[in-house]
Amino acid sequence: MIRFAERFVVFFSLACTALLFFCIAVVTVYVLWRGLDAFSISLIFGGVDPLDALLGRRPVFDGLFPAIVGTLLLVVSAIVVAAPVGIATGIYLADYASPRWRVTLSALFDVLAGLPSIVIGLAGFTITIYLHRLFPGRIGPCLLISALSLGFLVLPYVIRSTQLALESLPATLRLTAPALGARHWQNIYRVLLPASTSGILGGIILAIGRAAEDTAVILLTGVVASAGLPRSLLEQYEALPFFIYYISSQYTTTQELEMGFAAAFLLLVLCGSLFLLAYGLERLLARRFVFR
Amino acid sequence: MSREDLLQKTILLCATVGSGTLVVGIFLLMLHLGWPLLISGQFFSLLLQEWRPADNLYGIYPMLLGSTVISLLALLIGLPISLGTAFATTVVAPPWLRSASLALIRYMAGIPTVVYGFVAVFFLVPFMREQITGGSGLNILSAALVLAILIAPTMVIFFVNGLSGVAKTYSLAVDALGGTPVQKLLYLLLPQAWPALTAGTVMGLGRAMGDTLISLMVAGNSIAVPGAVTDSARTLTAHIALVIAADFAGMEFMSIFSCGIVLYLFTVLFVSVIRLTSKTRND
Repeated sequence: MIRFAERFVVFFSLACTALLFFCIAVVTVYVLWRGLDAFSISLIFGGVDPLDALLGRRPVFDGLFPAIVGTLLLVVSAIVVAAPVGIATGIYLADYASPRWRVTLSALFDVLAGLPSIVIGLAGFTITIYLHRLFPGRIGPCLLISALSLGFLVLPYVIRSTQLALESLPATLRLTAPALGARHWQNIYRVLLPASTSGILGGIILAIGRAAEDTAVILLTGVVASAGLPRSLLEQYEALPFFIYYISSQYTTTQELEMGFAAAFLLLVLCGSLFLLAYGLERLLARRFVFR
Repeated sequence: MSREDLLQKTILLCATVGSGTLVVGIFLLMLHLGWPLLISGQFFSLLLQEWRPADNLYGIYPMLLGSTVISLLALLIGLPISLGTAFATTVVAPPWLRSASLALIRYMAGIPTVVYGFVAVFFLVPFMREQITGGSGLNILSAALVLAILIAPTMVIFFVNGLSGVAKTYSLAVDALGGTPVQKLLYLLLPQAWPALTAGTVMGLGRAMGDTLISLMVAGNSIAVPGAVTDSARTLTAHIALVIAADFAGMEFMSIFSCGIVLYLFTVLFVSVIRLTSKTRND
């Protein structure tokens, strides 16, 4: 009987693995197949000469170009906000905070990491309403608000990876510079931070992937279906994930549907490779310090 | 500590306190905006009322039920699959498959939610409609199936970390006694990794409950109280997105802050459970 149970566990495990990977293969192959099929330069630039579009000489109306640019702008500005704040917080938690503070604050950041993104979007939206009342007609839902909200959403990824990378450094490395007379900050800045670069970078890459794919936050803070290229941070914008969501419910022509698949393909390739890259960095870090 | 060091410490402290304050600030913001409902004693009755704007009823009970049912069903489907995959990845499968599976799991974690939703709308939903449930195909079951896949990598990563974090000496002892890998898994790793298994499960549940896009795209968003898994339903998260898209004034708008508060409190609950079960890690 026990033998049977054990054999069943083996069978069950392998069957589950096969099932899960089958589902992933279906999703991936379906998107790649339909996406590649639909993919073309004109789908991105909508008939406008690519060079003109890239230089901003002519606006692109029915192409993915504004959504791609919107997503890039969004991700870059979210990371510009989240990376410095997150790294600073991670350093503080790892090297300065007292144990009690550390526990309290990491609990808070765990809550932040677990918060549904729509709640953060709702907060961003509410703040936009307040700002709108303060500066009527000047501030509405816009790229800036979205970027700030997204930056806040991905903050825990940066904090946690920085903290973890610093804490997992071997004690020998941690003590060498102070023993030679370096000050606390010199030790952090010249020794500990450079040694944990790959861990921190891994966290930032995860944050980029998360910021690129999130739809709920931007849905509430300023993304629209067609806006063209934003001319400033205070304007509305288009973004890939929202475009995909919008197409899935509102498409009218097969061409729009094709664009949806092309967008899904782009986003899948982008996010999938970012997460694999982060995983590679994590492995690298683990291998570097495992035997010291 | 020199003056220069003090400057750096202050900057770091500001960043930390600032981000911590914002986390609490979000809750206070929700509370502030939902306050009129709270003090009029309507908050708790809202949780149990139906949503019938025509009769001036703005209860979020259907959404609360929708969120709970969809995420529990997703967990019910996703948990065994994730456990099995974690077993295979740590012990059962041959070594080459283990590292391949780890990489695949990471890739899975990176697939955008909206892509899952998109594929579901054009692949799973028509299948549901024509082969299984009939109707529109947009229902609780479809959403739960997609969510089960969505939360699987989160759980598998937790499970694998827990199972492979068991002390090497124990593991060697089982080997020395002649235990097979499966016996090691069942009688040593599984009992030892219990906290990580709980944490991973709660984490998965939290992700399922916090997800907006899948339920918005696949669950059908009906505001009626669902009676079966083949019924359409609306979740708390989707409700927030849908109401904001419609208008923002009055009771209808106010009710989304009660959704926000409920979602926040659920998160706090989940995080507390995870931290309590894996307490040893932080001490």
